[in-house]
Amino acid sequence: MRKGVIRPGHIQLRVMDMEEALKHYRDLIGLIEVNRDDKGRVYLKGWTEVDKYSLVLVESDTPGLDFIGFKVLNDDVLNGLKNDLIEYGCEVSEFPAGELDSCGRRVSFVAPSGHTFELFADKEQTGKWGLADINPDPWPLNLTGMKAERFDHCLLMGPNVPATQALFEQVLGFGLSEQVVAPDNTVVAAFMSCSLKAHDIAFVDCPDPGKLHHVSFLLETWQDLLKAADLLTMTETTKDVGPTRHGLTSGQTIYFFDPSGNRNEVFCGGDYYYPDHPPVTWKAEDLGKAIFYHELYIHPTYLEVLT
Amino acid sequence: MQPFSHRPVVFLKENTMSYHITIDGEHFNCPKGQTVLIAMRTLGVDCLPVGCCAGGCGVCKVIVLEGDYATKVMSRAKVSIEDEAKGIALACRILPESDLTICRVKD
Repeated sequence: MRKGVIRPGHIQLRVMDMEEALKHYRDLIGLIEVNRDDKGRVYLKGWTEVDKYSLVLVESDTPGLDFIGFKVLNDDVLNGLKNDLIEYGCEVSEFPAGELDSCGRRVSFVAPSGHTFELFADKEQTGKWGLADINPDPWPLNLTGMKAERFDHCLLMGPNVPATQALFEQVLGFGLSEQVVAPDNTVVAAFMSCSLKAHDIAFVDCPDPGKLHHVSFLLETWQDLLKAADLLTMTETTKDVGPTRHGLTSGQTIYFFDPSGNRNEVFCGGDYYYPDHPPVTWKAEDLGKAIFYHELYIHPTYLEVLT
Repeated sequence: MQPFSHRPVVFLKENTMSYHITIDGEHFNCPKGQTVLIAMRTLGVDCLPVGCCAGGCGVCKVIVLEGDYATKVMSRAKVSIEDEAKGIALACRILPESDLTICRVKD
């Protein structure tokens, strides 16, 4: 049952060289740089996003994921979910409004997978970038690179996938849209949605807690994906896989790496999810087909290369 | 019938300064200014796993036994300051400054 979590709101990623990272996320992927703060963090957004930003980059000597924030409907929902998390047994902490630029207070917790999540109800809304509020054009001029539309989802790797799935279902009201099931019936991958999207967050089993597999940005069409692949070659960016199609979610995809080794995806298309849908199930024995529907196999480092 | 070689035909640019790299008994040349891992991949040599190629994931970890080199920035979660002093590095970040003898390090 839905509990008032409405969408992935932001992700804070660690990068080893900010200017290199900006050439990648801003100039190549085409996100819009909207602000920098006194802690050296840089804030970016996809042009279709209404909130002020969705990607926060922070310089570090170790790349990877700091946290993912989900936006909730309002402050009452935020207070309710904070209590529900505490009652469920989570250790919860809170950041005051303004600790992240233009964002209200944030309720933070660590999932059994080892990843840090937070919930927030308020963030400044600056509107879709470059478009008027009244009689808007379909897209703005002066976009660059892949012209990514929005930060869409993440795939995270860590232990305790069933416990993490239970927390997201029972406390945060996500639904299980797709799953990968081992021969002994344990769920080894859980794709979860708080919206109509095929996934807003995905968890895949691995022994190391808190790992980032990829952060994904939405493009409009398959043709945009082909041109994105051209841009990867033009800019000598390391491509991982694609363009190809996933079995899981049936989305079309390319994987590549940022200059600190964080895996990115650009994708388009794919399935949708209503809360009454039973989960789509894939067998772990057929993981090649589930992940790369055309190649039918997973190259050896795909599930090992993590930050 | 002979099986097809999986190594592509590679033509090196003429007059490119290059260094001789040995990794666990396999040999190839690395042009000056290119990282060891990218040179290996370009030549179709398969002696190290190729991951993010950006110093983040650590799958191409090696120890340099002999030779001089510089490194680009590497994740401290994968190569500590102490490791670095022992010659441990990520092949995707090693820029050779002489011929190198290298061993793979498995975590």
